[in-house]
Amino acid sequence: MTITSAYDRGRLTVYLSGELDHHAAGEAIHGIDELLDEFLPRDCVLDLSGLSFMDSSGIAVIARARYRMQSLSGRIWIECPSPQVQRVLDAACIDRLVPVTSGNIGGLR
Amino acid sequence: MNTVNIIRLEFPSKSVNESFARTAAAAFAIQLDPTVEELGDLKTAVSEAVTNAIVHAYPDSIGQIGMKLRILERDTLEITVRDWGRGIENIEEAMKPLYTTGGEERSGMGFTIMQSFMDSLRVRSSPGKGTTVVMRRTIRPRITGK
Repeated sequence: MTITSAYDRGRLTVYLSGELDHHAAGEAIHGIDELLDEFLPRDCVLDLSGLSFMDSSGIAVIARARYRMQSLSGRIWIECPSPQVQRVLDAACIDRLVPVTSGNIGGLR
Repeated sequence: MNTVNIIRLEFPSKSVNESFARTAAAAFAIQLDPTVEELGDLKTAVSEAVTNAIVHAYPDSIGQIGMKLRILERDTLEITVRDWGRGIENIEEAMKPLYTTGGEERSGMGFTIMQSFMDSLRVRSSPGKGTTVVMRRTIRPRITGK
């Protein structure tokens, strides 16, 4: 799994790609933590379009990122999950915690 | 139900083997001609079962994990994931959503996802002896496929 990011005017977009399972989750949690510490963003977008597989370990990664954004009084949402990732998100009812959008909507205003 | 085909695998409880296990299960399931969504469900359920064994059965050591894949009559795939580790004291509690003892990388949703993505799930465990998870999913023949 790889993590890349883009930052623009208070918005940090984190691009996760590859397979996000328990093996990769620790690296993802710490990678996102480091990005949030560096940029202290107002908004954080988790772009999952590059994830070919995710299991419930990804839910822990998302929950951790949400907790960190809450501590920054910022917002967070998920964009572009694949159908397999969407099924895991649905099973975990993640949209009760973090909004999920099917495409880039330019932010939640 | 009679067994149509069967394969057995055994591998050490290293997290790098999570990907191997779900990919092997998917490769075996291909002979049932699953849809992409069904294949994704099978891979996810296997990933959860194997990860549970790695995280909970052998928290401080590397042990062995066995995976048995059986194709049964009527297009049913049975997946058994077994360990010889710590075991589960209270299965009912362990299966509750959000219950976890696995640290920050686990969400407590593993059994919930296995139940959601498979037709049936059975868990047997003896503290100190290990845990066996048996899941079944019927792959419906596609009208245009066979």
